[in-house]
Amino acid sequence: MIRLEPRTTPSRTLALMAPVGAVIVSLALAAIPLLAAGQNLFEAYRLMFQGAFGSAFAFSETLTRATPLILTGLAAAVAFRAKLWNIGGEGQFYLGALAAVIVGTGAVSGPAWVLVPLVMLAGASAGAVGLIGPAYLKTRFKTDEVVTTLLLNFIILLIVQMVLQDWLKDPMSLGWPQSEPIVDAATLPALFAKYRVHAGLLVSLAAAALIYVLMRHTVLGFELRAVGENPHAARHAGISVNGTMLKAAAISGALAGLAGTSEVIGLKGYLTSDLSPGFGYAGIVVAMLARLSPVGVVISSIFIAGVFVGADSMSRAIGVSSYLADLVVAVALLSVLVAGFSIRYRIRWMGLRGGEA
Amino acid sequence: MEFLEIFLSANFWAAAIRIATPLIFGTLGALICERAGVLNLGIEGIFTAGAMAGWMAVWLGAGLVGGVLTAAFVGATIGLLHGILTVPLGLSQHVSGIGVTMLATSAAYFTYRTALPDVTSPPRIEPFQPLDIPLLSDLPFFGPALFQHTVMTYLAIALVFLVAWIMARTPLGLAIRAVGDNPSSVDSQGLSVYGLRIGAVMAGSALMAIGGAFLTMAAFDAFFFGMVNGRGWICIALTVFASWKPRKALLGALLFGAFEAYQVRLQTEVGSVVPGEIFLMAPYVLSIIALVIAARGADYPRALLTPWFKGQR
Repeated sequence: MIRLEPRTTPSRTLALMAPVGAVIVSLALAAIPLLAAGQNLFEAYRLMFQGAFGSAFAFSETLTRATPLILTGLAAAVAFRAKLWNIGGEGQFYLGALAAVIVGTGAVSGPAWVLVPLVMLAGASAGAVGLIGPAYLKTRFKTDEVVTTLLLNFIILLIVQMVLQDWLKDPMSLGWPQSEPIVDAATLPALFAKYRVHAGLLVSLAAAALIYVLMRHTVLGFELRAVGENPHAARHAGISVNGTMLKAAAISGALAGLAGTSEVIGLKGYLTSDLSPGFGYAGIVVAMLARLSPVGVVISSIFIAGVFVGADSMSRAIGVSSYLADLVVAVALLSVLVAGFSIRYRIRWMGLRGGEA
Repeated sequence: MEFLEIFLSANFWAAAIRIATPLIFGTLGALICERAGVLNLGIEGIFTAGAMAGWMAVWLGAGLVGGVLTAAFVGATIGLLHGILTVPLGLSQHVSGIGVTMLATSAAYFTYRTALPDVTSPPRIEPFQPLDIPLLSDLPFFGPALFQHTVMTYLAIALVFLVAWIMARTPLGLAIRAVGDNPSSVDSQGLSVYGLRIGAVMAGSALMAIGGAFLTMAAFDAFFFGMVNGRGWICIALTVFASWKPRKALLGALLFGAFEAYQVRLQTEVGSVVPGEIFLMAPYVLSIIALVIAARGADYPRALLTPWFKGQR
């Protein structure tokens, strides 16, 4: 018989090793679909690694992909800390992108040092509003935020498609549903000539640093964790659980919204309804792999971005479907979840007869 | 006046029932899982996997019944994964469910793409045909509205009453409900909490997958990317709306189907004035509203989301 015992103190070594283990497991399990697709494993992994990290260009593409993932990952990490299950990062991302084109395509003019922060503020606010709604429904009516945020993802994407057909459509786009271009003064510059990686990366890193300080060194950070760990105890300690929930929602939504804004004003320069290949959902995986730590989010974003960029590149080279990346990411999420179990429990062999209970 | 005439067309009622069918399967599935205390957010991915697996089995020559069974088997297998993660390991049901949806969806897409690397238009199968029931199918109005559906629709409705009966009247149903309300009491009676919970999640997931298979094997005749389109999440909302009761789930799904069918027809009337996206949004908005209304007084299974470990009192 084997028996599970809760560890008195969660193992720190395992806490650090768990994400690494999950990454190894997910990459190893990717061998199954690769073999099923009849590929040479060694060649496939080599191409994937090379496509993600093998050259300055490859790495710059990975960083470009990681930029929005850091923000959506932070968004999930902050919300999950307070046990607010924000699965609506995808929708909030599009709200931020939408706000960016509403403000940044000529409606407001000014110098870059005014316009860029203004557009980012608009995007962050739009994202925040997008999560405060479901969080309010949760606190006021006990409406499950998982379902409302998931459903809102569909609603928001349809709103984006609707305004791109009409109100925000670029008359010069020859019938494509795409917004007018962002004005130069509202654009985040590229960091290096010839590479796509842009100043949005600095915004993401700054956000990670800010969230780190917020979670570790502020009263709000303490309240967020207290509410997440034990709402009853938090209430006893005089913390407003609902108020803290709404604050977490505002921060989380703002971060996801900022991801959409940065993608529009840093990378694409305009909005289409296929702007996100699932950044909101991937942010959940990023946050879980990081065990909700802001520093971890930066690292796991680069890993997840590498999986996507590497799988794309491998897919072009040897024709494996790039859905392989989504498979690896999903397995990574489930693996890190299981690894989290091993941090909190130890498995003890009790001998064949089961021992005394 | 045209707005009311819609209700008089048999076509409208037929469409309402057709749209409701996958939701009936999905909501029944979600309800069984939640009654046993496990939220199954894998539903969206299980729908997708069921749609793909059922279609592909038929495409490979397994026949329509073989397709449904394949979908159910795939669904139950995915359910087993979610069950193991959430029941004996007691991991977060939210995160596991989202992970299972991601895994099942990407596995379905990857398999489809790998099997059919470069098809321009999705291959079609011969789907379930509408039944031709002697006398009933030929009735005016009621024939086309109620008695010309595929066998899957009648299966869905039959399952509602079967599940309602199992839940309310059998020892198995009693045990499933007890394990979702008070697992320790079930354990003290010598029944396996893990077995009941995992079994319920597997059975519920099989039903969800059959709901997905309805899409590719009856409603349409091919598999498309993104074809599930939030139906799974809508079922999760409908489950709360139905307060975990099978017959209310049927009612909710039918109301939903009627609303959908109505707004599609309304769209052709006023389509030029109102953008089509507004109509496409309606089901999601409706689900949120239904959820807000229902959630206030909802009588959640008491041990929903709460893991239980052996040896715990």
